[in-house]
Amino acid sequence: MRGITVFHSWWGGVQMGPPDPILGVSEAFKKDTNPKKMNLGVGAYRDDMGKPFVLSCVRKAEAIITTKQMDKEYLGIGGLGEFSKSCAQLALGADNEVMKSGRYITVQTISGTGSLRIGANFLARFHGGPRDVYLPKPSWGNHTPIFRDAGMELKAYKYYDPSTCGFDFKGALDDISKIPEHSVIMLHACAHNPTGVDPKPEQWKEISDIVKKRNLLVFFDMAYQGFASGDIDRDAWAVRYFIEQGHNILLSQSFAKNMGLYGERVGGFTVVCNDAEEAKRVESQLKILIRPIYSNPPMNGARIAATILNTPDLRSLWLEEVHGMANRIIKMREQLAAGLIKEGSSKNWQHVIDQIGMFCFTGLKPEQVERLTKEFSVYMTKDGRISMAGVTSGNVGYLAHGIHAVTK
Amino acid sequence: MSVFSEVPQAPPVAVFKLSADFREDSHPQKVNLGVGAYRTDDCQPWVLPVVKKVERLIVEDGSLNHEYLPILGLPEFRSASSKVALGDDSAAIKDNRVGGVQALGGTGALRIGAEFLRRWYNGVNNTATPIYVSAPTWENHNSVFADAGFKDIRPYHYWDAAKRGLDLDGLLDDLEKAPERSVFVLHACAHNPTGTDPTPEEWKKISEIMKRRSLFVFFDSAYQGFASGDLDKDAWAIRYFVSEGFELFVAQSFSKNFGLYNERVGNLTVVAQDGENLSRILSQMEKIVRTTWSNPPSQGARIVSKTLNSPELFAEWKGNVKTMAERVLLMRDQLKAKLQAQGTPGTWDHITQQIGMFSFTGLNPKQVEYMIKEKHVYLMASGRINMCGLTTKNIDYVAQSIHDAVTKVQ
Repeated sequence: MRGITVFHSWWGGVQMGPPDPILGVSEAFKKDTNPKKMNLGVGAYRDDMGKPFVLSCVRKAEAIITTKQMDKEYLGIGGLGEFSKSCAQLALGADNEVMKSGRYITVQTISGTGSLRIGANFLARFHGGPRDVYLPKPSWGNHTPIFRDAGMELKAYKYYDPSTCGFDFKGALDDISKIPEHSVIMLHACAHNPTGVDPKPEQWKEISDIVKKRNLLVFFDMAYQGFASGDIDRDAWAVRYFIEQGHNILLSQSFAKNMGLYGERVGGFTVVCNDAEEAKRVESQLKILIRPIYSNPPMNGARIAATILNTPDLRSLWLEEVHGMANRIIKMREQLAAGLIKEGSSKNWQHVIDQIGMFCFTGLKPEQVERLTKEFSVYMTKDGRISMAGVTSGNVGYLAHGIHAVTK
Repeated sequence: MSVFSEVPQAPPVAVFKLSADFREDSHPQKVNLGVGAYRTDDCQPWVLPVVKKVERLIVEDGSLNHEYLPILGLPEFRSASSKVALGDDSAAIKDNRVGGVQALGGTGALRIGAEFLRRWYNGVNNTATPIYVSAPTWENHNSVFADAGFKDIRPYHYWDAAKRGLDLDGLLDDLEKAPERSVFVLHACAHNPTGTDPTPEEWKKISEIMKRRSLFVFFDSAYQGFASGDLDKDAWAIRYFVSEGFELFVAQSFSKNFGLYNERVGNLTVVAQDGENLSRILSQMEKIVRTTWSNPPSQGARIVSKTLNSPELFAEWKGNVKTMAERVLLMRDQLKAKLQAQGTPGTWDHITQQIGMFSFTGLNPKQVEYMIKEKHVYLMASGRINMCGLTTKNIDYVAQSIHDAVTKVQ
């Protein structure tokens, strides 16, 4: 140091934080010089050339916004009204009773994470029931620390069945039936992360019944609306069904994937209330929570999303493009499964096709994953999860070959 | 039975309520001297010319996409921001012991810093560490640290209402009496809401005590460039403390000096003893960011980064900043002159002595109420006015209103 004596450090006791497991995958991938390397850790959509995809509807919306020459004044704490309204409508459906009666509040949030965190903070402060939030086993890795940092406790209910690589319906119902009343239960609305395993409508109905019997507070995480089946209404079916069944849900939405607005941080948090009066009280408290975190949310992404959702041409274009992304993923699933059969694999790979959304829980064990990475430069997380977005028609054959090699 | 039936209605955030009331007011001469955003002489928001230019470049750049930024933010933004605060020739930067965390505005930077301090400062998860904020201060400071978990948030003497200036003796006394290792939130320049800053000599006294008593320095820098018109001058206090060897945090906001209010552009600059400490600190801040917003928004950071990292654009930006600062200084001069010319009771030197966007007029709550109700001139109950709300067109009316308030209402 040049002539400055820093007399002591405050931070000697600060431990080095553990490396983010997914980031670690990307870092290792970057360093690998194998031309055939594949990054299947990435949770962002890639086109068939493996490139990031900026939707045309987004570019068009941006061009429109540029011509409007708007100012940059602070948004309200709850964000862009136009956005929150269309965000809620997208999830709940046009003409839904909740919005008609005004018995809800939707605030713009910092994408899905920000939405979950606001929800978690709200629960920690106002939920009179148990501190426990029940997550499906497994769930998105960040759910646990988000709720924990907000002051909630985490528990789990059975969800994924490793023996079938599918939904453990009986186990889920069984566990849910034992959850103490008034606890919070988190449900992935569609395209479960990380397994890709979703309940079927008849199964959702039974889940709704048992959740109602146990008087549980439902928190839906919907990060992939449109991205799962390609159809936004189909993907929101569970959310809408639960509301119709009388659950006053909490809902987190993200536009990171379905609009490709990842870095713009576009999301919404909704609380469905008993009536408009309750919604006003809840809204006022959400603002009190938000203000000391970031004061008010960023404009750019919300403006883009609102423009798309509220301009008929752009909305149609968006629906097409979302459908296109979902279709490419579905096609890659089919090609991967077919490729594995072609390689001569005797294992059952049906789950690759049955699972839905960006992620696929292959069923690979950690040792197999390690081999796949070391011998084939295929990067994925240790739990056997692959991001189908990283698969292209150009590399799906290679992937099938590698998976077969480590599992035969 | 709703789970939320017991949720009480929260009071609205005062400064936003004021703006809402202003909007609803139909009086032709209404003036909004409330919320802190720059206005032109036509009382319009101002998107900086350099910002418009850079935004166009970004939209036209087909190679840019909307992918996630790293958790800590855009690297070029973080380094350029810290450099703006600490100076081009910063020895601390050269020593690789300075890092940045891109955050959602100044608020976000404060929150990440506060969360980190609560987890890792003065022990592990020590919620009892006293946090000192100036009396008065930006009202959100209290909430940021409280919501981060701190249980003991105290005021330090700052504003002397009688002399309408800095209560230096009270401040220094509080520093001497604060428990060792207490955290002090210092306004780097253009103190909000008083507009009253310590002089360099006064900063030196503050620094001496803080060093001797092991107090933690947390700068809030929301107005760099905006206060005097000169980036380096406005960063003097920060740079002095760094040169004195403090490990410290600086919560930087680019809301005002870039006019990027709604894009939420901020940076938490961390100055550590050495690179090794810095690396551990940043790794833990990453964990905090990950559960708060995962990664920050890219648009605003791109604009600021492009500007700060291009000599031409940087020069253009400095010119834009100077424009804003100079208009404010002009309004200060004119308001004081008019009040003096009117013979409005009291001394009004503080209007030009104070610096930055805000002025603590000294009007009491009754007088403020009069201003709002009778004159339709909106200002905070504390008597704080936003100088940016003044224009050559409304300054006479405002000066007259102040005169009436002071003479008619005690």
